[in-house]
Amino acid sequence: MDKQQENFHHALKFQYDLCIGCAHCTEICPTAAIHIENGLPVLNPNRCIDCGRCYSVCPVSAIYVEQDDFQTIYEYQNPVALVPSIFFSQFPEKIKHEEILSALHRLGFRFIYEVEKSVDILKHIINDRVNDEDLEKPVISSFCPAIVRLIQVKFPSLVNNIMRVKPPLDLTALHIKKQLVEENGIAEADMAIFYVAPCPAKIAAIKSPVGEDKSPITGVINMNFLYNKVLRVIKQGLEMPKHQYEHRDLMTRRSLQWSLSGGEIALMKEGRNLAIDEVHNVSAFLEKIENEDIDNIDFLELRACDQSCAGGILCANNRFLTVERQRKRAAASPVRISKKYNSISKNSEYLTANCSVGAVQPRSMDKLDNDRTVAMQKMEKAFKINKFLPQVDCRICGYQTCKEFAFAVTNEVIGLKSCIFVQRLLNENGGISPEERAELAKKTWGKQKLDINNIPDNLL
Amino acid sequence: MITEYHVNGGDFTNAGSVSSTVKKMMRQLGVDSTVVKRTVVALYEAEVNIVAHAYRGVVTVDLQPDKIYIKLADEGPGIADIPQAMQEGYSTASVAVREMGFGAGMGLPNIKANSDILNVNSVVGKGTTVEITNNF
Repeated sequence: MDKQQENFHHALKFQYDLCIGCAHCTEICPTAAIHIENGLPVLNPNRCIDCGRCYSVCPVSAIYVEQDDFQTIYEYQNPVALVPSIFFSQFPEKIKHEEILSALHRLGFRFIYEVEKSVDILKHIINDRVNDEDLEKPVISSFCPAIVRLIQVKFPSLVNNIMRVKPPLDLTALHIKKQLVEENGIAEADMAIFYVAPCPAKIAAIKSPVGEDKSPITGVINMNFLYNKVLRVIKQGLEMPKHQYEHRDLMTRRSLQWSLSGGEIALMKEGRNLAIDEVHNVSAFLEKIENEDIDNIDFLELRACDQSCAGGILCANNRFLTVERQRKRAAASPVRISKKYNSISKNSEYLTANCSVGAVQPRSMDKLDNDRTVAMQKMEKAFKINKFLPQVDCRICGYQTCKEFAFAVTNEVIGLKSCIFVQRLLNENGGISPEERAELAKKTWGKQKLDINNIPDNLL
Repeated sequence: MITEYHVNGGDFTNAGSVSSTVKKMMRQLGVDSTVVKRTVVALYEAEVNIVAHAYRGVVTVDLQPDKIYIKLADEGPGIADIPQAMQEGYSTASVAVREMGFGAGMGLPNIKANSDILNVNSVVGKGTTVEITNNF
């Protein structure tokens, strides 16, 4: 099996002891990766793209995002925080940028870098690579890992449209390593970069990179978790005095706009470029691109979250307020920083030489069987079943749609009798007993939900 | 497996729905994405031709483990000179159709380029039948 298929890591996990089996996650999933069995969600790992829509809709917070233990940072002499600039924009406006920085230092980070630092270099690279002869048009941004995975599973014929360039996160990490070795004399083994993630897709991409062998990141910290930690330090007045830590790098206006919707296409010098955010919007658009219904587009900035990374599910604050603060900061930041003061400028050549990633492999989620004749038989059967189903997508069977249920029946993982409409039909003809109906309901929704003893007497 | 779809003349909003359905079916079968893409582009173009020129049409798709055969039969004005229509740049599409980005005159040549076998038959005043076959 292909390496990219083997290592399909997911950062989203279910906490089954908290789950109430409400199936909200089943409904929202853009790749229909979740169905319900025994009252609990079951994830199809080959379909999940780590976009986190399920996390957002879970009413009992039973989905969590895997992160590294914060204590790990103390195991290193020189822990580095690699922070997306939108992290700073999460905080209420009365909290100053410097306070956030000093609180991060107080928490134990020796160095703090903003992820988008490398955008000043990357903007030249993407303008160059958009004309890459190996790529098909429209070229699609490789920035959002959930989108890269969406294309792999749902739009496999578009994998050759994805730009083969590392995201700012990886490039800035390379810059940090080089700078700390050369300017601070710190050995690479003594430093550890901790990335503060706004979403599970970024975490999954670090744990199993697509098109890259290994990530330069040591550990991942959930942005929401760090936000709370930082806010507590500030509220308790425990920030580190300014003279005790090194001054931060300045950021340019363009690099601060990068993680907002439209920020990447704003860097393109020419061509017809479009920005689309939110995973269902992106899916609908890619459907058209695949049909070649829309042409003459040069570049697509696609993001899985509404309002791009400001809408990341691990962001602490309202995304529109975050965007507002980020915009204000960008407007107050310099358009250009002279090479002398822009630390990354001297690594420009090094980063340009090391910015490439390999081609992204398709991993179609639709394939019914490796043997085409068997796949054909399955398709015919599923088609026949689906035609007969009511198409109301009620999800009483535990699947997202009648169509998904038809495929599950075809694959013999569930029986046709689990459809409530089928049960009603059989009931009229005496083809199903009340006991069997109760059993089937329990098989999907669990014993707990269907225990008559759980209903208070006076309600019936 | 044989499936059938109806296409309405003038309905540009829904042009492409047959292509999307067929694309998904070919993927379920595990057909190589290059072949899927070729087929979808040819089918989409032929679908739009019905929408742009005909009154209505029926698309019959015969999907087999080793090939796909698609027949698009429309009721419409027909094509008087098929060899001419097969030449690049030739178009009878109205100005309104062209303004929508369709009917650039690349229709039939583009279908041909993306099909292994293409048959076009037409009776003026009755309609046109386009048959596309692609091997996997």
